Amino acid sequence: MSHSRGFLTELELNLRAAYARAWVRIVGGNREPMWIAFEVILPILTLSAYVFVYRVLNAPPEFTGFVVLGGMMLAFWLNVLWNMAAQLYWEKETGNLTHFLIAPISRMAILLGMALGGAVNTTLRAIAILVFGTYIFQVEYTIGDPFTAMLIFILTLVALYALGMLFSSLFLLYGREAWHTANLFQEPVFFVSGFYFPVKLLPFWIQVAASILPMTFGLDGIRNVLINGAQLDGVYVHILVLLLFIAILLPLARWGLAYMERLAKKEGRLTLRWI
Amino acid sequence: MGTAIETLDLTRHFKRGKEKELVVALDHVNLQVEEGEIFGLLGPNGAGKTTLINILTTTLLPTSGAAYVKGMDVVEEAAEIRRFISLVSGGESPGYGILTARENLWFFSQLHGLPSRVANERIKEFMEKLEFTDYANTKMHKLSTGYKQRLNLARGFISDPDVLCLDEPTLGLDVLSAKQIRSLVKEWVKRDSEKTVLLTTHYMAEAEEMCNRVAMIDQGKILACDTPENLKRGLEAKATLRLEVPSDESGYSWLREMPGVLGFSETTHIETGTTTLKLLLEDELGIITISDKIKKKGLRVVSMSETRPTLEDVYISLVGRGLK
Repeated sequence: MSHSRGFLTELELNLRAAYARAWVRIVGGNREPMWIAFEVILPILTLSAYVFVYRVLNAPPEFTGFVVLGGMMLAFWLNVLWNMAAQLYWEKETGNLTHFLIAPISRMAILLGMALGGAVNTTLRAIAILVFGTYIFQVEYTIGDPFTAMLIFILTLVALYALGMLFSSLFLLYGREAWHTANLFQEPVFFVSGFYFPVKLLPFWIQVAASILPMTFGLDGIRNVLINGAQLDGVYVHILVLLLFIAILLPLARWGLAYMERLAKKEGRLTLRWI
Repeated sequence: MGTAIETLDLTRHFKRGKEKELVVALDHVNLQVEEGEIFGLLGPNGAGKTTLINILTTTLLPTSGAAYVKGMDVVEEAAEIRRFISLVSGGESPGYGILTARENLWFFSQLHGLPSRVANERIKEFMEKLEFTDYANTKMHKLSTGYKQRLNLARGFISDPDVLCLDEPTLGLDVLSAKQIRSLVKEWVKRDSEKTVLLTTHYMAEAEEMCNRVAMIDQGKILACDTPENLKRGLEAKATLRLEVPSDESGYSWLREMPGVLGFSETTHIETGTTTLKLLLEDELGIITISDKIKKKGLRVVSMSETRPTLEDVYISLVGRGLK
């Protein structure tokens, strides 16, 4: 019996699913105003500590801008790590995952929706962090090329969420073990990605280790353009590296998800809790 | 009418724990469910019911054998099967607590590609049928267990599947909610002859009320498969006895050793301190023997009655014990 459907029908179906999953995240994430307040205020408190330390140490004034931009981008990293990567695991725990798998959609549509919803929500919070941080600490920017800054920002988000998609399969397969591993890596990643200081200050070998993370390049590129006044030709390497991350991570995420599903169906990991 | 579900020597093994102990969840299961049927799969916890449903809904691969839904292979044509199938598991409440009941239903409708207009019409229809329109705009985490389960059932219907798998759909529900759910399922199948329901339950009365045919499963094996009437007819020559006696810590397993006893089940009632024994006997003569034995043991019989055979008696006759 053949029931194959056309490409456009499939596309529409998957876009609907992706939109719906993004909608859930956007509506759900903004339904409780207190959550938004905490998600903006707490990062500002954290970055305030760094700003005051730099001021006490008489660090150059551009360090304040570094910290505010780092605080803004940190919101995305935390969203990717805890809301994106861990999401499929929670969907399994709440019983939703089974229904995603039974639905006639691509699993990537769900991940895409989760990523889009997460990116929209976090962008709202990140903008608030940027605006408040800039206002409170009177940050001065030397913007080289706003379009280049925007391009790097978008590429960084795509690469980051692609990494989140990949992580989500790993979290699903390894459950709490992956959860603890992410916890273990959280602070070292803050450190090597240079959220609150330029990564160039770190020893060379740590810079090499940090280069496996798209955030390191994205943040450095954005800072170069917005604080050091760099133009496109000054950050083209950053752009190329981010494109390379995307080219590797997106197919890897798709493969990871398919692998996870195959293994889970074979071993019963998605359907059984006692395995 | 065609065949909705077919399994051929369907077998599924699992490896459990660090020792990789082999668990046979399904053991050469052969079933055929016709379109338009409500087909019951009866068995105790761990009998293999949910494993069979997981394979049919394409979330689990068989170890060996084959399974088909509407003629399509669950392994090779899983993507196609997903267009026609839906699953409702009792005791689970899929969805997002922060969203309202209506929003959750809309979300799940989108996973099946329903245009929002169609989705909203169906949401309205099933909310009315399941009588929870008043809670349409209530956040899911604020709903009671009964209403969450109604929402779960509405979600299962929203895509208008051809094959609906109901895995213990009334588990833990109050009498009224369970009755409404049973009524809706029966009405849904009656309305369209191409709709099929595969119902797993360990509530025998529920299966008797709803199912056209039932299969009894234990330890992964199908023990019997027929209409409830035919299965019970096989017990007409036997006697079924219902005894209420004081609960005894040592239990009543000695009954099993008595001549003429084919099997029994015992249900303890904590609130009254009594135990209900359902005995399946070779013939009516056994009733006197049992009665004498109980008296000899100094136990007081609170009540005793001979009952008509039920599906539980069929189950007892097959495995020698009840479901509980």
